[in-house]
Amino acid sequence: MELIAFYIFAAIVTVSALAVIMAKNPVHSVLWLILTFFTAAGLFVLIGAEFLAMLLVVVYVGAVAVLFLFVVMMLDVDFVELKQGTLRYWPFAGLIGLAFIAEIALASFARGGAAATANFDASPGAETNTEAIGQVMYTDYFLLFQMAGLVLLVAMIGAIVLTLRERPGVKRQNIARQTSRRREDSTEKVAVEPGRGI
Amino acid sequence: MTGLIEQYGVLTGWLLVLGQIGLFTLVLSLSIAFLLLLDRKVWAAVMMRKGPNVVGPFGLMQSFADFGKFLLKEIIIPAGANKTVFLIAPILTLTLAFAAWAAIPVAPGWVISDINVGILYLFAISSLGVYGIIMGGWASNSKYPFLASLRSAAQMVSYEVSIGLIIITVILLAGSMNLSDIVNAQDGGLFTWHLLTFEHILMWPVMVAAFVMFFVSALAETNRPPFDLPEAESELVAGYQVEYSATPYLLFMFGEYLNIVLMCAMMTILFLGGWHGPIPLSADFVNMFPEWIVNLGHLAWFMAKLVFFFFLFALVKAVVPRYRYDQLMRLGWKIFLPTALAAVVIVGGYVVYGGVQA
Repeated sequence: MELIAFYIFAAIVTVSALAVIMAKNPVHSVLWLILTFFTAAGLFVLIGAEFLAMLLVVVYVGAVAVLFLFVVMMLDVDFVELKQGTLRYWPFAGLIGLAFIAEIALASFARGGAAATANFDASPGAETNTEAIGQVMYTDYFLLFQMAGLVLLVAMIGAIVLTLRERPGVKRQNIARQTSRRREDSTEKVAVEPGRGI
Repeated sequence: MTGLIEQYGVLTGWLLVLGQIGLFTLVLSLSIAFLLLLDRKVWAAVMMRKGPNVVGPFGLMQSFADFGKFLLKEIIIPAGANKTVFLIAPILTLTLAFAAWAAIPVAPGWVISDINVGILYLFAISSLGVYGIIMGGWASNSKYPFLASLRSAAQMVSYEVSIGLIIITVILLAGSMNLSDIVNAQDGGLFTWHLLTFEHILMWPVMVAAFVMFFVSALAETNRPPFDLPEAESELVAGYQVEYSATPYLLFMFGEYLNIVLMCAMMTILFLGGWHGPIPLSADFVNMFPEWIVNLGHLAWFMAKLVFFFFLFALVKAVVPRYRYDQLMRLGWKIFLPTALAAVVIVGGYVVYGGVQA
């Protein structure tokens, strides 16, 4: 049962990952990427890491990929032109791909191959996957976690600093003034004589 | 679900599971038909109209008549549209809207899939709902739908953040991410519900604030008035679904209402004690009845609360004017996000140092 599900998910992941780079339309590429993420979440569920799976969907599919989609939809790039000459890079790309496969194979064999993954425990030392991750992240490696957060904060502030420009003569909304405005401040009751106008 | 397979063998088990899903889908669809009518009736009542009253007694059959009408109309696909994506978008919306319901417990044990991370699953699936809208708007290859879908996506992504943080406060208080456990943490009657919690009296103001924020965020998340900017007919014709007609439009609208009812169900489960009634009945009294009658009673409470929230949604639609877009973003990012974050910190501190180790 689980094996059938695994092969279905694995096939979908592979095909959609290929489609990401093969699709002519960049928006289609991103949509395929979303399918890849989602199916990878399914694979996480299969090995019992349901918390990671949900996190993958919430963070990557629900937020990051939406931003990708935004950017790609807004960009007005002629991708057919961009694609020309891609063939020149095949040897280099192939080399990088080979290096990746070799590294994964090495890591997998070093851990004992399929035998080591057969009795894989998705929640070591805890009842559920969620508790195991919480234990590792917020207790065992608390300092590292905080430091990672600090790095992200620095990156965020950096992005704000890079894009924030003070320009003179820009009209801004003053929400406090808008909401504190009463009717009496801006309207006036005038007794109009019939047939005269104001 | 796995229990059924273990109990009855693979084939019968799977058939039973499929039957459960089919029944649940059918009941849910029928309820949506009548809730839609309720929506229109409430709206009409506020405007001192009668609302739909021609098809069937009191207009009860109106939704089914509309359903037939949508099915029989011609599906028009714009010439410049990206045909595949254009058709996938409404299907995706509806599928996701139904998929989210798989984890909702309507009575003790009456849930299709009682997963450990149920609340995260709901959050994840509802965060995917935005794709139906973006894909629909983009594939229409037209300016208004595209603008509307961008607006809508930005709005949904913004309010998801505060919804997520508010969910965390409830998870902290209940000590579990399983929806059934969250409901069972509120089984002691009215004053153990997270909204009116006496057990954690110190957290009561925080939870009330969280509830109000959740309600408003749910309105924004489902693109309901006063946050229906994606469909602002005065500016964007009809938003991302301008180019949709007949069945694809029906799928969009159906998915939208499913999401609204899902939000009502989430509020019921997170804040109002799910299937538990306001007065706890003694175990002796409950045990006098067979289990299925007790469960039906629980189901009735669940539905009553759900319909109450849906009524509030309908009322808000009728009485509140539409927000301006920049005000909407300001409310989401500058008010709800910091407040929800503060609520998480306060509740977290209370759970750790207040001696409530869940």
